[in-house]
Amino acid sequence: MSYGAWILLTGCLVGITCGITGAILVLRKMAMLADAISHTVLLGIVGAFFVTQSLNGLPMLIGAAVVGLLTALFVQLLDSSGVQSDAAIGVVFTSLFALGVVLISFVGDSVHLDVQHALMGEIAFIPWETFELNGMNMGPKAVWLLGAVLFINVALIMLFYKEIKLTTFDPQYAALIGIPIMFIHYLLMGMVSLSTVASFDAVGAILVVAMLIVPGATAYLLTDRFIVMLLLSGFIGVLSAVLGYFSAVLFNVSIAGAMACATGVLFFFALFLSPKYGFLTKKLRNKMLKT
Amino acid sequence: MEIFELFTKANAQWVLFGSILLGFASGVIGSFVLLKKQSLISDAMAHATLPGVCLVYMIFQVKSIPLFLIGATITGLLATYSIQFIVKHSRIKTDAAIGITLSVFFALGIVLLTFISKNLSGNQSGLDDFIFGQAAALVSSDLQMIAVGSLVIIILSTLFFKEFKISIFDPLYAKGLGLPVTFFNAVLLALVVGVVVIGIQMVGVVLIAALLITPPLAARYWTEQLGLMAMLSGIFGAISGLIGTFISTLGEGLPTGPVIVLCASVIFLLSLIFGSKKGLVKKVVATV
Amino acid sequence: MNALTVDNLSVTYDKSPVLQRVGFEIPEGSLTGIIGPNGAGKSTLLKSVLHLIPRLTGDIKVYGKPYKEQRNLIGYVPQRSEVDWDFPTNALDIVLMGRYGHIGLFRRPKKKEISLAKEALKKVGMEDYANRQISQLSGGQQQRVFLARALVQDAQIYFMDEPFAGVDAATEKAIMNLMQQWKYEGKTVLVVHHDLQTVEDYFDHVLLLNKTPVSYGPTQQVFTMENLERTYGGAISFIGKSAQVIQERG
Repeated sequence: MSYGAWILLTGCLVGITCGITGAILVLRKMAMLADAISHTVLLGIVGAFFVTQSLNGLPMLIGAAVVGLLTALFVQLLDSSGVQSDAAIGVVFTSLFALGVVLISFVGDSVHLDVQHALMGEIAFIPWETFELNGMNMGPKAVWLLGAVLFINVALIMLFYKEIKLTTFDPQYAALIGIPIMFIHYLLMGMVSLSTVASFDAVGAILVVAMLIVPGATAYLLTDRFIVMLLLSGFIGVLSAVLGYFSAVLFNVSIAGAMACATGVLFFFALFLSPKYGFLTKKLRNKMLKT
Repeated sequence: MEIFELFTKANAQWVLFGSILLGFASGVIGSFVLLKKQSLISDAMAHATLPGVCLVYMIFQVKSIPLFLIGATITGLLATYSIQFIVKHSRIKTDAAIGITLSVFFALGIVLLTFISKNLSGNQSGLDDFIFGQAAALVSSDLQMIAVGSLVIIILSTLFFKEFKISIFDPLYAKGLGLPVTFFNAVLLALVVGVVVIGIQMVGVVLIAALLITPPLAARYWTEQLGLMAMLSGIFGAISGLIGTFISTLGEGLPTGPVIVLCASVIFLLSLIFGSKKGLVKKVVATV
Repeated sequence: MNALTVDNLSVTYDKSPVLQRVGFEIPEGSLTGIIGPNGAGKSTLLKSVLHLIPRLTGDIKVYGKPYKEQRNLIGYVPQRSEVDWDFPTNALDIVLMGRYGHIGLFRRPKKKEISLAKEALKKVGMEDYANRQISQLSGGQQQRVFLARALVQDAQIYFMDEPFAGVDAATEKAIMNLMQQWKYEGKTVLVVHHDLQTVEDYFDHVLLLNKTPVSYGPTQQVFTMENLERTYGGAISFIGKSAQVIQERG
């Protein structure tokens, strides 16, 4: 595969992985918790680096998952102690993220990990970071990592499909009939952490937020069915990646940034032109009803 | 040696002065933001200032701080309006609306930043500093602007204190009293934008919101009174600003914003544990 | 046999007591209205009995056994406002959720569940709305979807939180029919209710509550002017009309 194709494939994998997972978060009103987690996994990654002194995939994944879950836990603890939830999210993620950024500045220049990287990823380097199995070149690491996380997320969603759906729609009722709502909550937070860290190399800690939230919100404006919303959200993620990649090449700008912008453009269209819920379509419909 | 220099150089004095005043102003304004439950909206606003700064640079092709601040104000306000629009005119809830606005505006900022560095003059070093803030890179005219701007914000919020209080706590009652609640909301919004915009040079767009969120939250563990809370929050902000700036100028390449925010976080943690009103120690003692 | 036994139940919110030492026993097959002024803790009582909010103290038994062992016997109709009706799904799907406790982890609803759900929708007069997006249902219709969901649960004790609040006549009738059917089947129903005028028509038992039970028993004995005054305190004039009705009855 060519250099560009690998980048495109990576972007599409980020789009579909984050899109499917993020749609659930939008419905659970946890978009900002996802935002928080995608910031704080940076600390997990830097932490894993300080422990192992290498940028190895697995320790990074574990570190990020641990810090991601800790973020969710801290927010919950503050929340239940009476701090309003948006402020609780704000204080937890800014603290952990600031710690991550400060720690990064202690990492030597020789290591490929810096603040710039943390913000917008290094998708352009992805195709070079390949790994070999039995002397055979298996392609970029990031693609395999993203593929694995996508597989895990889809499998978990399929396994716990109806539990996820019910705890999202009516958590009290779910608790009543004995569904472990806390388990489902942390399961989802774990999925977010995994998606974030797998996407980190490609699109950076902050732009992954766009990939998590915006496709889900866009799909929410286009469909009235839960399963369709998840699939559509994944598709919109892929579409954003493709659109973003080609505009980035055209204008010679950050590929990850352009992909995130593309999610915004698609959302903008849905917001105004969605057949059922679009701002302009609703206006037009009302106008036609009046005349 | 550097510590010594810091206190003697005229610029250094302005750095400390500016950071203390900025910290104080953001702490005070943050108290109101917290009560309005708009902590994360202010975060989105802060992230959204980045494309504004870049756009201004692309249009005028000069590095002018006043122009940057105007651009930042425009996109910051635009982001706030976008959030309101999305929530009002679609089924999307506030949290997702904030997330969408924050990430897409910030992504646009990154795209513009790379566009500038690759296609225009290439001299983007100044713009990069807006992401995490770099106090060491500021010249005294910038710092004077930060100091004066903060001072104005502090004075205004003192003047309008009781009007803000009632407009936030019970807007309907305030309207009944004949107060122009919409006007005071607009003034408050302007002050929030003001803190964010003058703060991004020193603390950066990514973390400036923490200065609005963390100090007032810490102050709540010590008092239930809004007046005292705003005061205490201002002091916490000022201490964070002072210590953070000081530490960041010591270390080579330490970004100022994250260090200031970490100081605020430490104050929050101490308040959470030892706070005289709701602190954990207090709670444990009360239950025993 | 008592379907529900509540002993020494206390709930606090932010240190201030919402419910204090509440104790009562609900006989099997009864239809009980939980009545009391605003802030009396009616919904809190329901939720704390159902283990949805933490209790300070209190022991809850269902058919003589601890609540947790008897979870399958519990049905619940929450207040409509407690969920977000913009959730992307249709009415049938919500009713199916009532079967999730029976289906168990990792399994999908099968044909049997779907036909049960359709049957339940028919019972509440909603069979034509099975595929309707839930945000496009009226308030009363949404309430009936919740009723159908409780119905497919096939529980022994049903808890309802203000089901009559702001609903149309058709829904009111559907709720009453359902309550009568459950009673006929020997099931027990507890309803948080705020309209004093209809209490005597709907319920055979009444629990008067104001942070602590004022009185409990058959409606004829308990629903008296004197007891209502004790429950509502000075606000009794507020309920003027029903007070009049009771006085007339003598």
